[in-house]
Amino acid sequence: MAMSDKIEEKLYQNRYRVDEGCPHVRIDASKVPSEQLKAMVDICPAGCYVEGENGKVEVVPDGCMECGTCRIVCQETGELEWAYPRGGYGILFKFG
Amino acid sequence: MAEHFDVIIVGAGMAGNAASYTLAKAGLNVLQIERGEYPGSKNVQGAILYANAVEQIIPGFRDDAPLERHVIEQRMWMLDDRSYVGSHFRSENFNEEKPNRYTIIRAQFDKWFNRQARDAGAMVICETTVLDLIRNDAGKVVGVRCDREGGEVYAEVVILCDGVNALVGQRSGIRSEISPEHAALAVKEMHFLPREVINERFNVRDDEGVVIEALGTVTSGMLGTGFLYTNGESISLGIGCIVSDFVETKIGPAKLLERFKAHPSIAPLIRGSEVKEYAAHLIPEGGYNAVPQLYGAGWLICGDAAHFLNAAHREGSNLALTSGRLAAETIIALKSEGKAMTEANLALYRQKLEESFVLKDLKKYKDLPHTLWRNKQFVTTYPELMAKAAENFFRVDGVDKLTKEKDIVRSFRKARGVLGLVGDAVKVARAWR
Repeated sequence: MAMSDKIEEKLYQNRYRVDEGCPHVRIDASKVPSEQLKAMVDICPAGCYVEGENGKVEVVPDGCMECGTCRIVCQETGELEWAYPRGGYGILFKFG
Repeated sequence: MAEHFDVIIVGAGMAGNAASYTLAKAGLNVLQIERGEYPGSKNVQGAILYANAVEQIIPGFRDDAPLERHVIEQRMWMLDDRSYVGSHFRSENFNEEKPNRYTIIRAQFDKWFNRQARDAGAMVICETTVLDLIRNDAGKVVGVRCDREGGEVYAEVVILCDGVNALVGQRSGIRSEISPEHAALAVKEMHFLPREVINERFNVRDDEGVVIEALGTVTSGMLGTGFLYTNGESISLGIGCIVSDFVETKIGPAKLLERFKAHPSIAPLIRGSEVKEYAAHLIPEGGYNAVPQLYGAGWLICGDAAHFLNAAHREGSNLALTSGRLAAETIIALKSEGKAMTEANLALYRQKLEESFVLKDLKKYKDLPHTLWRNKQFVTTYPELMAKAAENFFRVDGVDKLTKEKDIVRSFRKARGVLGLVGDAVKVARAWR
């Protein structure tokens, strides 16, 4: 895979104000990951979702662009707690 | 913030700013709440601005609004992996005194638009997220709750312009959740190039701009399109597909964008550019059938939150602007007649929308999103067949023309069958009518 394929490199261009210790997306770890949640590992545009060694899906929403795709994909599974970041935090588009 | 306002507007996108400006200009006491650092910092669009919808609100907007280029050429491309068949429409008529379409950069345009609302008297608070609606005992919406200490503010009526995710409306139970079949996920990059380089590559002068919409194998069998818009000194380049299709294929949108950029028809247009931003956004594509209840006791919904998007014509911001304006005009009319913001009185908003192009156009294409989603051949098989047919037709290789024509017809029949071809034609005609 070429370097330019890496999402982290894309996100590096963006401006964020991360709300330390207050992630706006959380996964209910007590549940077995659904197919929908697993799909997010592949389709999250910011690559926020990773599958751990134990088969659990983890989310690190620091690079999140707040599109809401995971929210609507996982709406029926009840695994995600999704809110917008606190006012002023999160992605800050320079061009949008 | 323990004040009481005439109107509270949630969000400072196209719909929110249109409503805010219109209400403030009419002298109403308006509070607009935006969760971003500044208006525009959370907003993403392609972006094309349709002048008419803005002119209805600010007739002289061209004098100082940040506009990139006016569009003089529209290209529609059908791509396979190595080629495209396209139509280009270019007209000197689009170099008119008051051009019809512009490319814009939303973060800049929204900041400007919101400044107009502020200058007209609206009070704007940024860096504040609205969490919920506040209702009185009778169930009428009387204000909003924000994520600030003492963040309860009250008004006679609340206009929700909180975008495609529409969290405030959903939390308050006045809107249902958007479904993965009714939303497209689009990703976009901003590619910077000197103005002269863009002028040369797209064969344009000064502020003239080009729009390219592309469909075909670049979306890997998913329902979606790619786009390229020329700005003054940058190119907006993106691709989007229906969310449920992404879930099915498990192809990441970032990868799709890389493939689109590498396509032999696109790569030369962005060669040597510097990418300065990568954005992702949902687009409400469910059409008329996905439009929620638009008003109730003390509240109205506008723009993306109301699912006002015409996917067939790639229009959205004009529907948002117009719905924001009509919501404002509804409230102004009721206030001037001394009427309360009851559900029955606010039904005037729906009536205004029915009389405007907003609901007329959405109704016209109400079956189109579903037809296309169920019939992927329109974005997969046909573009590929067209490209192959064109190549066969134009390649001079000693084969006689009649044989070539027969080959082309055969390739279409083989791919879809005669009944399939006729059926497809009828389906599109019906959905388009």
